[in-house]
Amino acid sequence: MNQDTVRDGWEVVIGLEIHAQLATRSKIFSASPTAYGAAPNTQASLVDLGYPGTLPVLNGDAVRMAVKFGLATGATIAARSIFARKNYFYPDLPKGYQISQYERPVVEDGSLEILLENGTKKTIGITRAHLEEDAGKSLHEGLANASGIDLNRAGTPLLEIVSEPDLRSAKEAIAYLKKVHTLVRYLEICDGNMQEGSFRCDANVSVRRFGKTEFGTRCEIKNVNSFRFVEKAINYEVERQIDVLEGGGSIVQETRLYDSAKDETRPMRSKEEANDYRYFPDPDLLPLEIAPAFVEQVRATLPELPDEKAARFSLHHGLSPYDAGVLTSSRELADFYEAVVRELGGAAASAKLAANWVMGDFSAFLNRDGLEFGAARVPAAALAGLLRRIQDETISGKIAKEVFELMWADAAEADAVIEAKGLKQITDTSAIETAIAAVMAANPKQLAEYRSGKDKLFGFFVGQTMKATQGKANPAQLNELLKKLLGGP
Amino acid sequence: MSLHRRSVAELAAGLAAKEFSAVELARHFLARIATSNPALNAFLTVTAERALADAARADATRAAGKAGPLTGVPIAHKDIFCTDGIKTSCGSKMLDNFVAPYDATVVERLAAAGTVLLGKTNMDEFAMGSSNETSYFGPVRNPWDLAKVPGGSSGGSAAAVAARLVPAATGTDTGGSIRQPAALVGISGIKPTYGRVSRYGMVAFASSLDQGGILAPSAEDCALLLGAIAGFDPRDSTSVDVPVPDYVAELQAPLKGLRIGVLKEFFAAGLDGPTGALVEASIAQLRELGAQIVDVSCPNLPLSVPTYYVVAPAECSSNLSRFDGVRFGHRCQSPRDLMDLYKRSRGEGFGAEVKRRIMTGTYVLSAGYYDAYYLKAQKVRSLITADFKRAFEAVDVLAGPTSPTPAFDIGAKVDDPITMYLNDIYTIGANLAGLPAISVPCGFVGGLPVGLQLIGPHFGESRLLAAAHAYQRASDFHRRVPAAYA
Repeated sequence: MNQDTVRDGWEVVIGLEIHAQLATRSKIFSASPTAYGAAPNTQASLVDLGYPGTLPVLNGDAVRMAVKFGLATGATIAARSIFARKNYFYPDLPKGYQISQYERPVVEDGSLEILLENGTKKTIGITRAHLEEDAGKSLHEGLANASGIDLNRAGTPLLEIVSEPDLRSAKEAIAYLKKVHTLVRYLEICDGNMQEGSFRCDANVSVRRFGKTEFGTRCEIKNVNSFRFVEKAINYEVERQIDVLEGGGSIVQETRLYDSAKDETRPMRSKEEANDYRYFPDPDLLPLEIAPAFVEQVRATLPELPDEKAARFSLHHGLSPYDAGVLTSSRELADFYEAVVRELGGAAASAKLAANWVMGDFSAFLNRDGLEFGAARVPAAALAGLLRRIQDETISGKIAKEVFELMWADAAEADAVIEAKGLKQITDTSAIETAIAAVMAANPKQLAEYRSGKDKLFGFFVGQTMKATQGKANPAQLNELLKKLLGGP
Repeated sequence: MSLHRRSVAELAAGLAAKEFSAVELARHFLARIATSNPALNAFLTVTAERALADAARADATRAAGKAGPLTGVPIAHKDIFCTDGIKTSCGSKMLDNFVAPYDATVVERLAAAGTVLLGKTNMDEFAMGSSNETSYFGPVRNPWDLAKVPGGSSGGSAAAVAARLVPAATGTDTGGSIRQPAALVGISGIKPTYGRVSRYGMVAFASSLDQGGILAPSAEDCALLLGAIAGFDPRDSTSVDVPVPDYVAELQAPLKGLRIGVLKEFFAAGLDGPTGALVEASIAQLRELGAQIVDVSCPNLPLSVPTYYVVAPAECSSNLSRFDGVRFGHRCQSPRDLMDLYKRSRGEGFGAEVKRRIMTGTYVLSAGYYDAYYLKAQKVRSLITADFKRAFEAVDVLAGPTSPTPAFDIGAKVDDPITMYLNDIYTIGANLAGLPAISVPCGFVGGLPVGLQLIGPHFGESRLLAAAHAYQRASDFHRRVPAAYA
């Protein structure tokens, strides 16, 4: 499908509801651990199972994380918020209700800036972020004529982050989603793992004729588990809605599921069948009261945020906004880059070189091998060691790529590789001159053509001489000497 | 005096003086249960073996010189408190097969105090009822007249104490479920301030109203036992971290100068004449004993029954959703699908009154009705709470009847829920406002006991208990036992 080119005359309106699983050690209302992947029902206490007589007790760490998010998005932290019960029957919902926040969420009126493709910035409003408990999982695989229930996930703390309908394309939606994803990992409040479901997204999508102020009827696309699928699902849905409207039909407000195998959305349940959740304040939990002192205490723990970091990289390291954005897209990447710069003695001389290498070969190898930063085969100090040899002209940038590959393969230091493989750059003028002379002698025809004006052949001589020196000739010296010895054109 | 005629305080003194052992005491009461329970139906489970083991341990504790004031005192728990390894039915078919894997905080604390558990008592299903007739296990009978109800929902605890099958028992009070049965069987019963006693392990009916408490012959007994169960519990977010006073020591506070407010709204139409006369006489006696009597009014109080019957069903409709046949409790035979499992498990497991309240509660929380019912009820609840607050600026304690009439015939009101609900007209206010309240016996009408209710400000239990104790030192209604159980 044609990505992101909305058909003439239509405007797309998207709002996202993101569920970020908070990285607390225990559940939001019980002391059970939250670790992923344990055997079914081994991490479900009597509270999680909804046993008669059990009561919820709020995990203060979940509150701290919600406040952290609120502060990082410039939101209002509610001095008093209310937990409410959302009532519905489902086997993976042990109490028959989910404890959530409804009318009074803990975080309200925040915003994030996204960078559009044309280089301008756009502010996306965050209506609210509220705390709630996750449900369990129904298991259908490997069970004949039965369904299993795993309540390990029941009671896991979630922060539901609801955006304003400010997004105008799938691309914007993804930019915003990635921005939130980056932020929650910076704040260390969510591991961001989309495969394991710790970062999930529902998209509310509608379309309207350009110039209209009222919104069209929206559809909610549920639980799409990768950035790519969110983008595809939105694009499919936009096309579908425009098709319906242009065909004279109307959009039914409904919840739809995205099928990634068929790349389409399908209705899950319509509004007529929708539950009446009968929200009301949970009488088992007191209103959540947050003192200004607590907010300040949390504020003091905020790390440098991605936007602040990117601004610093632009301003003080002289990086382009794009490079600064890429480097700050994850805290680990930014930290790694900064470690390399630090090893090289500061940003002034080496920021651009370090940035190129960290974003380039280093990231490529890390991704190729699926490694975390901590497990990188070339740590920051070793990479700096390599870059130092480029800076002092011991090797060329081209040779450095070769050295890097060997370093990665053997977890070796740059100097050892350069030494062992004899890759040290040739900077001895007479040695280069000797090589040039040999090349000129071996290629009289090209020499004559060059001297008669075919200046494109200069590259030919560079290549031949490099080949003769196994690529080790200092490129700048080589150029200079070649010009001198070839004479003309 | 035979063992069962003694109050808890007297039994504790006898145990301390080694007049008898805890094992002897347990055997005495177990024998009385065996004889009398078949007619009364007050106990659903008798834990004889456990009781004797508890008693032997209590005797050993005493021999080791480590006994506390309650060591060796036999008690019973309302079958709404979860007891590790012992069935907790909540008076319902839904939980007829339910054995909790843990102890409620109240159970834990009374066990830690060295009490001896004799068993679990009958109750209205999920504590929804005022007559004990909604129990799946059949009605409890009033020891003063077996044709009468004992009140509810803690009817089993009340009848068991009144017939002296157990010296004291726990109860829960959501709209009067401790005080009304205490009044109808002629014993004392205290509902503490909301948050004073942990709700952890108490099967929830209406979470913002439920409060555990004590039923026992005298106010002094209530003081003794309340001291053991009261106090902050980190497992209940609504429990309050306020120090627990020495209720027994504070019983001695003088009545002289205590300002007792007589609630105008409690003596209006609907109050049985002779019942009202007895309550007025007991208030007159309090004046003679030194209290100052003041007329007060809580104008919004007459709205408490309709308010309660919105708030309580709303919360219960949600609280009882967990009984779905999936993890515990009744499950229907061979469900066709998930919906069938839900519908039949709940349809078969719950009785008529529980269903009525689930439906009422579901309705008042529904989209389009929430504001008109639930939200409005919450506003009225605030007004009632404010009325009480204002009243307590002028008086220390409020007084009035506990129940509009003495015990009525079994079956008389079962088909008329509205009339049944009006039984709680004087007790519901304290629940809506979260206030402590006590009922103490103040006389008899036609051979049936009548209760005087005292309501205090938040955490004013000591004041209530001291006033009730002063009254009981000058009266003997709390010492009377039905002839058949003397």
